[in-house]
Parts: sequence; structure tokens; C-alpha cells
Amino acid sequence: MRDIFTISLIASTIRLATPLVLAALGGLFSERSGVINIALEGKMLAGAFTAAAVTYAADTRLGMGNASPWVGLLAGMLAGLFIAAIYALGCIKFKANQVVSGAAINILMIGIPGFLSGAFFLSSGSTPQIPKDHLLPQSPVIIAIAVIVLVAGIWYIVYKTPFGLRLRSTGENPEAADAAGVSVSRIRYSGVLIAGVLAGLGGAYLSIGQSSLFTRNMTAGRGFIALAALIFGKWRPVQTLLACLLFGFTEAVSIQMQGVFKLPSGEDIPVQFIQMVPYVLTIVVLAGFIGSSRPPRALGIPYEKEK
Amino acid sequence: MPKLARELLFPLIAVVAAFIVGGILILLVGDNPFVAYRLLLGSALSWPDGIGYTLFHATPLIFTGLAVLVGFRCGLFNIGAEGQLYIAAFATAWVGITFAHLTPWLLVPFCFLAAILSGAFWGAIPGVLKARFGSHEVINTIMLNFIAVALVSYFTQYHYKVPGDPIMETSTIGQGAHIARFGKFVPGFPERIPLNLAFLLALLCCVLVYVFLWRTKWGYEIRATGSNPSAAEYGGISIRTQIVLAMAVSGALAGMVGINEVLGYRYRYYDGFSDNYGFTGIAVALLGRNHPVGVILAALLFAALQHGGIYVDGFSEHVTKDIVQVLQGIIILFVAAEAFFKWLVGRRVSLQRLRA
Repeated sequence: MRDIFTISLIASTIRLATPLVLAALGGLFSERSGVINIALEGKMLAGAFTAAAVTYAADTRLGMGNASPWVGLLAGMLAGLFIAAIYALGCIKFKANQVVSGAAINILMIGIPGFLSGAFFLSSGSTPQIPKDHLLPQSPVIIAIAVIVLVAGIWYIVYKTPFGLRLRSTGENPEAADAAGVSVSRIRYSGVLIAGVLAGLGGAYLSIGQSSLFTRNMTAGRGFIALAALIFGKWRPVQTLLACLLFGFTEAVSIQMQGVFKLPSGEDIPVQFIQMVPYVLTIVVLAGFIGSSRPPRALGIPYEKEK
Repeated sequence: MPKLARELLFPLIAVVAAFIVGGILILLVGDNPFVAYRLLLGSALSWPDGIGYTLFHATPLIFTGLAVLVGFRCGLFNIGAEGQLYIAAFATAWVGITFAHLTPWLLVPFCFLAAILSGAFWGAIPGVLKARFGSHEVINTIMLNFIAVALVSYFTQYHYKVPGDPIMETSTIGQGAHIARFGKFVPGFPERIPLNLAFLLALLCCVLVYVFLWRTKWGYEIRATGSNPSAAEYGGISIRTQIVLAMAVSGALAGMVGINEVLGYRYRYYDGFSDNYGFTGIAVALLGRNHPVGVILAALLFAALQHGGIYVDGFSEHVTKDIVQVLQGIIILFVAAEAFFKWLVGRRVSLQRLRA
């Protein structure tokens, strides 16, 4: 039993949790402002594809060498921002149904990377391989420090700054926020756009940090696991981080522990049951079986300013 | 403008606008949009392959489109059709395998029941969770999709796979569970095209859904709950019951995809068979204005695109079949942002006023 909690398992938990943390914290800004974000998956895909494609181009076509993953990372964040801008425009300015628009973004982002990689790389949905030494740093220590700093920063922004207060009040009670002179739509635009940048960053880390290329649908539902973590973490930064670590851990276990644990009957524990853990936990916590997880009150409701 | 024209006009604008945006994208990657669109849509009209495959691809989309529609009419967003159809397809195959020796007169109805009831069961779960605990059906259906996929993949891999088969699929169902392909009774229609009786079942379901929602008391109560829950409750309708009922009916409709897939096409459960049918169903319902007739038209459009995707892949230089998904996404965005077009029109009107 002691062998299981090895350094390598901890390291891979951190690695696997990182894209979840980034996307989930992005989702936190959006949902705390009152805009549902089921489009995290699509934004991660946008970030992952753009980061890999730009890193490859910067490396091979422009000869930028070690700088190329950083250019790619920036591009991935911008891609997330761009997609979020479309989403924000639809949801906030044109009062489109947020769930419908989110689903549309997700479907669109299944297609766009394949479409573009077919056109630019003549491949069926993946980018070419990027050399190993032109990827983002992968040391778990560096990543862990970066993530802790980020979470601390976000906690501070959400709870200790005027912007954070406006963000939370917009999500809870937009009428009151409006009456107090807060521009509801401006706060919601910021929330959704920050979510886009962070989800794009999470996607970028997936393709040019954990991996060395973009492959078709490489997020494989991580955007939804991030959403699950956000709910499991009750829309709070620190709890969300812990939820992401838990879900990252289950993924690490399902990769590393195949064949290690046995059922009493001598069979392996099927990997499918470990994969289900985040989803089952989310349903359970949302139903209020383990404490209650209450969404921001105005979540999902477009705000109509009274004339 | 008469009501029907108005209902048709807006989806038409959304589709045309999406094709224009898609065309610009095709132009940007260096292909001719007209050639690409001809490949994409032109192939759908050929007899028998184009029409046969388009109708075959339309079948699951009609089912999932209806599933999303019934949810919508009750004010619920069923993103879970994908999970419901996976559970149902597996259950259908399970009955077809386990009771393979039964006579077709029993086996086919049993398989139908398996598809419908298991879909209804999986759909009812988020309904109960919402009715009982108030938890949002969108989140729960998303989560249940992943649980469903993992669950059926587990059963396939560990219990129902033929040993040594490298593909994740179950053994085949009994001969008696097969339902007829069109080739059996349409002269000149080859049997290799998997279009089968499930297509007629899908059309029948459109009629049934119409009758259910607009001609029965249950349907009335579901729609009342959807359009104004507090008024419905004041009028003595139990919202909780309606939520569970609507989700169960929705799940049952999504589950019927299993009939097309397992009994009419592959004759086994094939892991990961769904080409995003559940999500495309959202597009189908929205574009079809949440009406059964609209669902048929929208399903035909998306099915034609899906079939044409293969030709685009094969015969154009840069454009891949991913254009289908891109168009779908843009269409939904435009349908969702109806206000966008009103704003566009309004701006033009006000500009003209300024100039005048």
C-alpha cells in the first residue's frame, strides 16, 4: 500500500491536475459573474490546438527555438480569449441562451482544429510533433509553485478586491449590483473573457506541456471535469483547487495503478470505474448529499436592465 | 407575414449565414467554397446511395432531436441524449444476445422495449435529481453522459466482448432480432445501404410526439410547466411529476437510436458508435424550432452534410469533413443569437432613417 503514494504518483497528479485547475478557475470567474460555462471544453481545445500549431510554426518556420513554446502559450491564451469573446457577445449582448451557446462553441471546436490542421498540415486532425526541448517546462515543482501562486492570486482577486466584490454580487444579485452603480454587463464580459484566457492556458499546457502535439479531441472531456471540479469545489478557489487535485489524482491512479489493485476475485479494478469518480461525486454533491453546493443565484440568467 | 413563413424564415437565415461564414473559412484555407459545398450537398441527392445514406444518418438525429425537443418544451435542457442512447444501445444488444434463441415475434418487441425503457430510465435520473433536490439538469446530464460511456465500455470490455476480438464490440445479436433494411422491400434499393425500418419508426415518433405534446393532457401539462412553471403549479399541475415525465420521455426517444444502430445496422453493440448524435440533436431541435416537422427537416439537412462530409474529405484539397461540425456549431450559434439578426436588421433600418 505504501508503494502506491510514490513521488511519481504525486508528480503525475500535479501534472494532470494543472489543466483542470486552470480551466476550473477560469470557469469560476465566468460563473461567479452569472454566466454558465459549459464551453470550457471548447475553449481548452482552442487553446490546445492554437498553442501546438503556433509553437510548431514558431519553431520550424521562424526558428525561434526555446522561445517558441512561450509564443505558443500566448497564442493559446489569445485563442481562448477570442472564443470567449464570441461566447460573451452572444450571451451578454444578444442574450442568447448560455447553455445553447456553450454547446455550440463545443461543437464548433470539435470541428475547427480538424478543419485547420487538415488545411495547414494536411493531416487528419493533429499538428506535427514538436521537439522535446521546445516544450513548456514540466518540472512538477515549478508547476506546483506556479499553480499555488495563481490560486492565491485568484483568491485575493475574488475576495479582497473591489472587482471581486462586484463579480460576486453580479452573479448573486445583478439588480442590486446594478442599483449600486456596477455595470453588470461589463463585469460579465470580464468574467467570461478571463475564463477564456485561463481555459486557453489550460489547453495550451495540455498540448505543449504534457504532450508534444495536438491530437484530435485531445481534451477528452477535461473541460467538463474542470466544470465538475468547480461545482464540487462549491465555486470557491481553494476548494476548486482541491477538487482538481482529487480528480487529477483519480486520473493518475487510473493510469499508473492498472493491475496493481485487485478485487477480492483477483480481477483488476476496471479503469472505467476510476474514470467515473469525478462525475459521480459531482452529481452527489450537487444533490446535496455531501454538504450543499449552491450555484450563484443569477447563474445562467441573462440580465435585462430595467428601463 | 404568415406564421409558417416566419417560422421557416429565421432558421433559413441562420443556415444561409452559417454557410456564408463557412464559405469564408473555406476560402481562407485556399479552396473554392462552391466546389466544396457542391461536394457536401450534391452527393446527398443521388439515388440510391445519397438518398439512402442521408435517410439512414437522419434516423438517429430525428430521435435525438425529438428527445431534446420534449425536454425544451418542459423548460429542460437535455444534454444527456448522448449518454441515454449509449445505455439504450447496449441494453438493446444485451437483450438481443441474451435471448437470441427467442422467436422474432417476441425478440424484436423485447429489444424495442429494452431500448425505450433503458433510455427512459437513464433520462429519468436527472429528472428525479432536479425534481427532488433541485440540482441543475444540464450539469447532471453532462456528468451522466460520461458515466454512461464508461459503464457500457466496462460491460463491453469485461463481459460481452468476444475473446480475442481487438475491437471494442459485443458478440452479435440473434438473427431473430434483426429488423428489415429497405433493400428487402424497396425494389432496386441495395441491401448494403443500412437504411432500415427504424427510419419509419422515427417518422412515427414525430407524429406521436406531436400528438402527445399538443393533443393530450400530459403534453399540455408538460408545455404549461415549460412556459410558466409558477402559473402551472398554481393551476394544480405538479411540476416535479412533469419534470420526471418529460425527462423519461426524452430519454426514451434518445434510446430509440439503439434500435437503428443495433437492430438495423451493426447487429451488435459497437463501443463509441455515436457520431455525436446526442449533441447534434440539440442543433436539430433548435434549428427545427422545437417542432416535430422542423426536426425532420433539420435532421435531413445535418444528415446530408454528414454524408457529404466523406466526399469533401476525398475530393477537395484542403477542406476536410470537419467542415460539417464547423457549420453545425455556427448554425447553433446563429440560432441561439436570434437577437443578433434583429439587431443587424434594426441597425440597417436606423441607418437608413439617418440617411433619409
